[in-house]
Amino acid sequence: MASIIEIKGLTKRYASGFEALKGVDLSIEEGEIFALLGPNGAGKTTMISIICGIARASGGSVTVAGHDIVRDYRGARTAIGLVPQELHTDQFEQVIDTVRLSRGLFGLPRNDAYVEKILRDLSLWDKRNNRIIELSGGMKRRVMIAKALSHEPRVLFLDEPTAGVDVELRRDMWKLIGELRQTGVTIILTTHYIEEAEEMADRVGVINRGELMLVEEKTALMKKLGKKTLSVVLADPMESVPAELAEWNVTLNADGHEIEYIFDTQAERTGVSSLLRKLGDLGIGYKDLNTKQSSLEDIFVSLVHQEKAA
Amino acid sequence: MSLQNFHAIASIYKFELHRFRRTWLTGLLVPVITTTLYFVVFGGAIGSRMTEVDGIAYGAFIVPGLIMMSMLTESIFNASFGIYMPKYSGTIYELLSAPISATETVIAYVGAAATKSLIVGTIIFLTAHLFVDIHVAHPFAMAGFMLLIAISFCLFGFILGIWAQGFEQLQVIPLLVVTPLTFLGGAFYSVHMLADPWRTMTLFNPIVYLISGFRWTFFGRGDVAIEYSLLFVAAMLILCIAIIGWMFRTGYRLKK
Repeated sequence: MASIIEIKGLTKRYASGFEALKGVDLSIEEGEIFALLGPNGAGKTTMISIICGIARASGGSVTVAGHDIVRDYRGARTAIGLVPQELHTDQFEQVIDTVRLSRGLFGLPRNDAYVEKILRDLSLWDKRNNRIIELSGGMKRRVMIAKALSHEPRVLFLDEPTAGVDVELRRDMWKLIGELRQTGVTIILTTHYIEEAEEMADRVGVINRGELMLVEEKTALMKKLGKKTLSVVLADPMESVPAELAEWNVTLNADGHEIEYIFDTQAERTGVSSLLRKLGDLGIGYKDLNTKQSSLEDIFVSLVHQEKAA
Repeated sequence: MSLQNFHAIASIYKFELHRFRRTWLTGLLVPVITTTLYFVVFGGAIGSRMTEVDGIAYGAFIVPGLIMMSMLTESIFNASFGIYMPKYSGTIYELLSAPISATETVIAYVGAAATKSLIVGTIIFLTAHLFVDIHVAHPFAMAGFMLLIAISFCLFGFILGIWAQGFEQLQVIPLLVVTPLTFLGGAFYSVHMLADPWRTMTLFNPIVYLISGFRWTFFGRGDVAIEYSLLFVAAMLILCIAIIGWMFRTGYRLKK
């Protein structure tokens, strides 16, 4: 796949001296869903703001669909739809008017059929003549997405699309993003909800303190960094872990019915078979075995943790 | 200078005028009522006891000043509000992320604000006809002068809107600077009626040149030569454009 966004050595230093971005290199492929994951203040929004033209970079370069964001800002911005984190809307205007305005701002002639389609897709058509101030928070978020899509962008930025959104709406949003992807739009979303990245993204980038710490296929990332937990459900409860099992560092759960062993899936010897053999040797019977992949959250926490320790 | 996104200019222009239309009743009623009050008080009650000023009936004499006063306030207010509101509500993100140049942005916002202020100026002019006989000596010059004033003060308002970081700052310049200068700028009297040193001091008031120039288009004479008035408006236009150009180049209070 061809890349649609190329970021090279992007830096941002604020007048206060704070370095929000410390030389980020990133390439986004056309048609993918890329999740930018990081704690608050990591530089996610700063990066998006620079790409979209809201903030200026201190150094480095960005091209969008082959257009440099500074030299050829018209070409670059035409390709981008942005849904910022905060709900910024023209409170007193009607939904349909603000969506039409957005389309015009991006240099496209009025197209009522297209605007209607977007509003219908976002379940906003019934609200088209409502003033935005009358809408709920979730609906306002949809209006902002409608505005971003009104000019048929090739890349859609969603900055924390589900921040402060209830569970049901979050599900809706995920569904919507999945549908958008079917239309071929490249989607870059920032989030600090790991489950969101895990649910939707093709690739995940982890950013912390202005540095991109890793970029990986989501599945590869989870495989690579993922630890697995083996749970062994015992036939008879134990009071304590036998000394013979010390080398596997297993833990016994509270009622003594289950022991857990954490292993690295990438290790040459995972220790799973030797552990099971040992259990057999010791005459410990078991009823069930179960392995569990650790979540992106675990990976993320350990990454950010390592960084702090270093 | 970069002009190509005409859809954007048209969209912002329409959107802004739509915003004005939403409040058209107050927007248009206020100037009509204000003008009527001025005519009742100055034209009727006081003016009837006054002799002519510079050979012009006092009621007619104050018309250019009244139009100018409302247009200056309207222009500054509309243009500053137009660009300040997106900053305040946060919707400016869309403007900044749109493929639109500084020139296009200014044309759209200032164009819309100037349109409204010209409408208000025209309404006051028509309202004045109900009270006094006015014969305009140079109608085309009058229209042109109104247009220039509307544009230059909308540009000034636009600067104010970008500069302002709160509603108070937005109001402080129009209320504390422009209105007093207009009152002292010969809206209701001829500068010749003042004795020195006031007369000389008044000549440092920029508004004097505007009102005088506008009065010239009505009556063929003003407090200062029309050339000076035109020169002043031209200087103001250039200065405002230069400041706005600088603001967009540096991203002053627009971009982080």
